[in-house]
Amino acid sequence: MLDILTLGFLATLLGAAWRLATPLIFASIGEVISERAGVLNIGLEGTMLMGAFCGFAASFATGSIPLGLAAGIAAGMAFGLIFAFFTITVKANQIVVGAAINLLGLGLTAFLFRTYYVSTGRGVDIARPVRIPWLSDLPFFGEALFRQNLIVYSTVLVTVLAVILLYRSSFGLTLRAVGDHPKAVDVAGRSVAAYRYGAVLIGTGLAGLGGAFLTLGHSNQFVEGITSGRGFIALAVVVFARWSPVGAFFVSLLFGLFYALQLQLQAQPMLNIPYQAFQALPYLMTIVALIVVGGKSAAPRKLGTPYDER
Amino acid sequence: MTMTQIERDGRGAAAVPILRLVGRAVARAAVAVALPAAAVAIALACGAVLLALNGFDGADVVNVMILGVFQDFRSVTEILLKAVPLILIGAGLCVAFRCNMWNIGAEGQLYAGAVSATLIGISFEGLSPWLYVPAVLVAGALGGAIWGGIAGFLKVRFQASEIVTTIMLNYIALIGTSWLVTGPMRDARAAYPQSARLFREAWVPDLIAGTRLHIGILVAVALALVLYVFLYRSSAGYAVRVVGINPHAARYAGMNAGRNMMAAMCISGGMAGLAGAFEVAGVTHRLYQNISPGYGFEGIAVALLAGNNPLGAILSGGLFAVLRSGSELMQITSQVPQVLVSIIQGIVILSVVAFAAIRIWPRRRS
Repeated sequence: MLDILTLGFLATLLGAAWRLATPLIFASIGEVISERAGVLNIGLEGTMLMGAFCGFAASFATGSIPLGLAAGIAAGMAFGLIFAFFTITVKANQIVVGAAINLLGLGLTAFLFRTYYVSTGRGVDIARPVRIPWLSDLPFFGEALFRQNLIVYSTVLVTVLAVILLYRSSFGLTLRAVGDHPKAVDVAGRSVAAYRYGAVLIGTGLAGLGGAFLTLGHSNQFVEGITSGRGFIALAVVVFARWSPVGAFFVSLLFGLFYALQLQLQAQPMLNIPYQAFQALPYLMTIVALIVVGGKSAAPRKLGTPYDER
Repeated sequence: MTMTQIERDGRGAAAVPILRLVGRAVARAAVAVALPAAAVAIALACGAVLLALNGFDGADVVNVMILGVFQDFRSVTEILLKAVPLILIGAGLCVAFRCNMWNIGAEGQLYAGAVSATLIGISFEGLSPWLYVPAVLVAGALGGAIWGGIAGFLKVRFQASEIVTTIMLNYIALIGTSWLVTGPMRDARAAYPQSARLFREAWVPDLIAGTRLHIGILVAVALALVLYVFLYRSSAGYAVRVVGINPHAARYAGMNAGRNMMAAMCISGGMAGLAGAFEVAGVTHRLYQNISPGYGFEGIAVALLAGNNPLGAILSGGLFAVLRSGSELMQITSQVPQVLVSIIQGIVILSVVAFAAIRIWPRRRS
């Protein structure tokens, strides 16, 4: 029977949506910060893969989830440093360098995984769900929505922190100016490059965290290409969210909903629709979202342009 | 006024002795080859270090990956076979990148081409090969051009970033192909998801009997030459490049920026689609879910290494074919994961952009 429209189904769907949105929330909020400083990082996919792999490897070696998450963030930032060096210091084209980062991330993680881990077949412990007093006891939704692990809950914290950083701190004010009027920041005596490095490192650290969630909070194994395009979808989320962290949180949730729907509808044998139609849903919706939002009116003015002091 | 300035603005060029002009052209060509060569050398060195650090033999990078693939005539034809899609895609992407259209979707466009070519190739039995083979190839090119054109249209009409849309169209093409070969186009007799076999009259003829190498390699080189002439010796190609450098200036000069962007996307998509058609009609003779090992993404590196010049794409496409063959050989002979080739490609790109920056720096100081 079709049990799509029951309240229980809806609650489960929303809970799954939040879980599936988590890597997107981290990566897209990171990318919002990076793009607000004028740096477009299409290397997110490779960066997330590094986070996923290094998080897995560190947790595999130590048995510790926090250490794994830290390793994921560090790996993301290491890739961020490479990206920042080539795009900010060398002033190379951001798309070209991003493409290289993706190749490196895909190649390096698959190479190391096949060399060291594929034969072990062993996974790692993943973060356990935590109940939140009162919220978890709500009827219907409490059980489905508030039985997540701490990494999922922390998406809210990261969103709040990103808002404070961007809109309530002088660092954020300057950072946004770097994306719109780098010349003004330069004339005011601050280093455009330093702010861009900072923004890229925050962004890639969050992307690494998003990747690490995949192996430490979602599946307990690393698989080659485990991110399956989430790094690219995060780029679309940023556009759809009009470069706002809160927007990125909710748009990510929307995409999480597409993922969750895809999984739930695949499990409905009565629906005579090929499963590939659901697989394609998030990618199709990304294109639709770009058409709906269109324009680049909200984009930072100097997005994608290296800053030249002359 | 320095020599380079004279050369750049053209005035006084006649006064420079012809010998010196020739010498400078040779020097420029040498630089154009030497820098990419150095980039590849750096990437191979990094690959060797990576291998050595992880318990493999670092020398394999030279012995197996580069030299090992030239053992006999047959393996050389296999390299050329791999070069066909790489040259086609790389040369096509040069046009897109020159127009500042960041087409990351050649992989999807290849699949769109492979699907269209298969559709034609399994539908018309008994057609003359003289008609059938070109029809299949044109269908592939059209399929790819349409797939690329969608992203171009979304960019021109809705300002939707072509970077994101081409990537999403990659996924949709791959998923669509998977649906076709497991569903409507599936060969019911086969255990493995695949389409029916293309009619023999639709097969691309072999170039050298007894090998898998087909005439696609000639087509690829010829089309790269055509695209070079188009980009640098035709006014239409000039418009494409001007739009890439400055769309506003192009508009003032009466060029239609949107139309040129569409053209760039359709040409690069068409080349990728043609590559897909050659894969099904020349190599596999059936459509599979994973007909490309990532040629579309590799083509990006081919174009960048070539400095976005279609002529260079012939060389860099051949080089990446060597690397791909070599990495396959390494996996067989010494169990080195084949993905090493992606790492080397990534480092090649980074080295190329670093060298480009070094060449610009002295000019900036003056």
